[in-house]
Amino acid sequence: MMQVLALEVPYWGQSLLRVLGGIVAVLLPAGTIVYVFLFKMMSFMQSRLGPMEAGPYGSLQLVAEVGKWLQKEDIVPERADPRIFKMAPIVVLASTFLLVAVVPFGPDAWFTNFEAGVFYALAVSSLSVLGILMAGWASANKYSLLGGLRAAGQLIAYELPMVLAVIGVIIQAETMNLQQIVVAQNAGEIFGFSGLGNPYLITQLVGFVIFMIAIQAELTQAPFDMPIAESELVSGYMTEYSGFRFLMFFIGEFATAGVFALITSVLFLGGWGVPFAWFGWTDVDSVSNWMNIVGPIIMFTKMMLIVFIIMWVRFSSPRFREDQLQRFAWKVLIPVSLGNIAITSIFKVVM
Amino acid sequence: MSGMSEFLRSYLTVAWFGLAAVLLAGLLLWVSSLIRPSRPTREKLLTYESGVDPVGEGWSQSQVRYYIFALLFVVFDVEAVFIFPWATQLERYGAFGLAEMGLFIGVLLLGLVYAWRKGVLRWV
Repeated sequence: MMQVLALEVPYWGQSLLRVLGGIVAVLLPAGTIVYVFLFKMMSFMQSRLGPMEAGPYGSLQLVAEVGKWLQKEDIVPERADPRIFKMAPIVVLASTFLLVAVVPFGPDAWFTNFEAGVFYALAVSSLSVLGILMAGWASANKYSLLGGLRAAGQLIAYELPMVLAVIGVIIQAETMNLQQIVVAQNAGEIFGFSGLGNPYLITQLVGFVIFMIAIQAELTQAPFDMPIAESELVSGYMTEYSGFRFLMFFIGEFATAGVFALITSVLFLGGWGVPFAWFGWTDVDSVSNWMNIVGPIIMFTKMMLIVFIIMWVRFSSPRFREDQLQRFAWKVLIPVSLGNIAITSIFKVVM
Repeated sequence: MSGMSEFLRSYLTVAWFGLAAVLLAGLLLWVSSLIRPSRPTREKLLTYESGVDPVGEGWSQSQVRYYIFALLFVVFDVEAVFIFPWATQLERYGAFGLAEMGLFIGVLLLGLVYAWRKGVLRWV
């Protein structure tokens, strides 16, 4: 990221810039997702206008909401375990921040460039389970505990298909570095045709579908929203939360949706890149510097597309039953994703 | 910092990100604490059970099915850890690696089929 500026920036300055970039990369998608999809798209799908008063077309509604939540009383129930109760939303929020650290936004615009980036992303993304379990347990509320346990059961059940779906991508890209996966897709070709690159959306379509279903469940969006089913569990692990701590869960939910969408676009849609054949690039070093500006815009566009699909499904599906959810994960998604690995690896070795 | 390897530097960046999340949350909670009211009453601090007075403890025993699913998860997650490095080197291993991993996944699939036949995968 710093090479763009062509300046010698001291380490603490670089880190500060990275952290500020990370905060933007978490909060900007979250805000946009909440306004565009949760406020406006959901309203239009339900034949209403949504917020219209604050700002033009209600665009300042978010500011008003944050202002409102800041003023709410912070209630910790008498029976709750106060320390864990207060920590839980911070853990959920922190897992989102740790997750965004691995997403590459351009040839030089990255925060961390791990060789095992996929490993890191999958490992960190499961940290939020910990926060949710903490919240469910510390609330000392039957609904919360049930919601927290359901959430844990669901998140671990759908983490497996998610992990296994990524392996198809790894086999094709031959690397676990997210930056290299982007390069492999954009420098790749399908049967000698390089005009599109090789976005794994096409060659790993099964993996992509499994991954999308799994992140829908990981984000606990309908039809996979039993952990926070308001009609059965009165919001599950969030029941006892109020005021700003509730808002932190809420921000965490949509920020994580954004970051998961970013990771999906890196793994399956070619990430920040355009097909390298268009400009005659061959590897990451030959990519022009202006991609560091255009890359984040491309990433943002792809993120919005993926979140659109997630929200579209969310707003138009009824809720699964808990047993159907587990059956679907263990008896359909995991066998299918294992089959996908087998077929991909056979193709890789034979062809 | 120049003596540090790229690898460790990356993890330091991750640590900064975690710290930033905690600081941001702390800052906002602090701002909130300056302007929010705090008037606890007995009713307000009661555990919420849809408006009815709470009955018994909130910390109830949970069912064993969660435990079984967690166990299954650990088995398959460890499997995934082994598949990842293999997947990056598949072209070098060729047909040999393919057969080996076929065996590995086959054995694990047998485990899944066993659990399936035992009726463990039913969420009842």
